[in-house]
Amino acid sequence: MNPFTFLIDNWDLYINGFLRLFQAANLAFVLAMIVGVIIASFRVSPIPPLQRFAAFYVTVFRNSPLLIIFFLFFFGLPKLGFTFTPFTSTVIVMTLYTGAYLAETVRSGINSVDTGQAEAARAIGLKFREVLGTVVIPQALRTVVGPIGNLYIANAKNTVIGTTIGLFVETTAAQRLANSTGQPIAAYSAAAIFFVVWLLIAAQVFTSIEQRVAIKR
Amino acid sequence: MTDTVQRSAATGEPMIRLEGLTKRFPGQAEPAVDALDLEVPRGEIVILVGPSGCGKTTTMRLINRLIEPTSGRIVIDGEDVTKVDPDNLRRRIGYVIQQVGLFPHMTVADNIATVPRLLKWKEERIRARVDELLDLVGLDPSAYRHRYPKQLSGGQRQRAGVARALSADPPVMLMDEPFGAIDPITRERLQNEFLRLQQEIRKTIVFVTHDIDEAIKMGDRIAILRQGSRVAQYDTPEHILSAPADDFVADFIGAGASLKRLNLTRVHDVELAQWPTATSDTARDEILATLQSSDKGAVLILDAQRRPLRWVAARDIQRTDRPLMETGLVAEAVVEAHATLNDALNEMLRSNYGVAIVVDSSGAYQGAVDFGTVSGAVQELRRAARAAARAPVSGGASTGETVR
Ligand SMILES: Nc1ncnc2c1ncn2[C@@H]1O[C@H](COP(=O)(O)OP(=O)(O)OP(=O)(O)O)[C@@H](O)[C@H]1O
Ligand SMILES: [Mg+2]
Repeated sequence: MNPFTFLIDNWDLYINGFLRLFQAANLAFVLAMIVGVIIASFRVSPIPPLQRFAAFYVTVFRNSPLLIIFFLFFFGLPKLGFTFTPFTSTVIVMTLYTGAYLAETVRSGINSVDTGQAEAARAIGLKFREVLGTVVIPQALRTVVGPIGNLYIANAKNTVIGTTIGLFVETTAAQRLANSTGQPIAAYSAAAIFFVVWLLIAAQVFTSIEQRVAIKR
Repeated sequence: MTDTVQRSAATGEPMIRLEGLTKRFPGQAEPAVDALDLEVPRGEIVILVGPSGCGKTTTMRLINRLIEPTSGRIVIDGEDVTKVDPDNLRRRIGYVIQQVGLFPHMTVADNIATVPRLLKWKEERIRARVDELLDLVGLDPSAYRHRYPKQLSGGQRQRAGVARALSADPPVMLMDEPFGAIDPITRERLQNEFLRLQQEIRKTIVFVTHDIDEAIKMGDRIAILRQGSRVAQYDTPEHILSAPADDFVADFIGAGASLKRLNLTRVHDVELAQWPTATSDTARDEILATLQSSDKGAVLILDAQRRPLRWVAARDIQRTDRPLMETGLVAEAVVEAHATLNDALNEMLRSNYGVAIVVDSSGAYQGAVDFGTVSGAVQELRRAARAAARAPVSGGASTGETVR
């Protein structure tokens, strides 16, 4: 069966599943941006314990396979008495994981900002937080919109792993359909259509943000 | 301006006092600043001048505590600020850094508004302040407010940098080679504008340069520094020129001390040469008669507001095949009366006819500076310098070498 027909026949199931995924991925990405900026600021702060904490955080989350982190959250934490819905678990894990990558990206942006800028900002009396917040980070983010866009896409795809694991608790649409209809290829292709459309639009959005915020010359 | 005018006479206390200020960077044998003592009087411009790497920038960074001194004290307006909160201190000190440092992602207005915003001024007050400052530094607010730094020329960025440093009306300004990266003509203009601005705002200014001519022109006092910010001589420009303390200072001033004095003399201080003038609607034979009754070779044609238009010689006046305003030479090389003789001399040398035209602030003709004016002034300056060198000057072991 043609995936498009399949998609139309099962539209309600798909759209519901997709919307949950879309929500989880975007919520996680927004939170990850906040985590990333905070962790990157810690890394460039003059306070050694903050620097060390940030470095540790980034190392742990960048070097652990995502699947393992998900397993820990889905199956480890409940054993310790913390239970979250699959949706919440997925959002938390993706926030922490993508946050680590965003922190590194933001930091590379910070390093690309001319040191004279921080000096000038300090010279007119800005405190460390103001130097970062009003002068350095706004310039840093402008230089890394492209890499941030790539992380958005990776984050969206990785979120699927969370929803897939969530199937043990709450079966996802495609999975259910693949099982109930016996047409796994059509079922998964239909899901892929959603992805391709979503991420193509997302890539466009990031490109236009990049152009809009580019520092005027 | 909300500015309180400070005059040096108001109190004997200097605005800035450095006591044994020392900075030793880790891993360096010699301190970058070595036990510097310096007093900067209220409302004056003090110039720090010295060879590259002698510690000028380090001294400035110490004054506003961008770096912490190894030892010594910084006293500003009678208060020891060596240990106060540096962020608050810096808001009382405007700093124009080497290479400006405008924020490229903000408009000119937002750059200037940075500190007022942090001080939580009302938007209305900020907007008024931004426009006031743009006017003050000679940038038309409606044209420049919304531009980004990349859309400005080097000289315009410099002005915006000065405006930003002035935003919270600090009593003290530190300026590190503010005109360093600018072409000579623009630099000359910015210097003159800045001096005029200072007449108005009367800040206490520490100004770094490595150009002795700029130091002589801009400074009420000059500190000539050698390696480690050690003061070789701290004195008025006149004294430094006529009585250099030692060979280091004499070498630093370089040859032609009397020519350098042209930086100290303003055009309005000398007697200007008067050239014959006529307005553009005067009849040709009348202009010719004016010319013939003078001892000069050309007549300066002025417009109705007495602004200079063209130089015409007898030959041009007699050429009736073209309108008078298309003959002769365009009247370039115009200086204002507060420019220095050195500025006028530079203009003269650039012009085609060896005369700098002097105008008042509305652009109306006042007179001219020609070679006669300059050489008269040089002779006068030399006479004065010789007299000064013969008289005993405190702290200056005059080497006859510099009085040429
Ligand atoms: N952060 C630093 N760490 C180590 N050494 C430094 C530092 N900043 C400056 N120095 C050294 O201190 C000395 C004085 O430097 P400074 O920048 O004050 O010179 P300057 O007089 O401003 O020179 P220029 O006219 O070239 O700007 C130099 O030898 C320089 O290498
Ligand atoms: Mg310097």
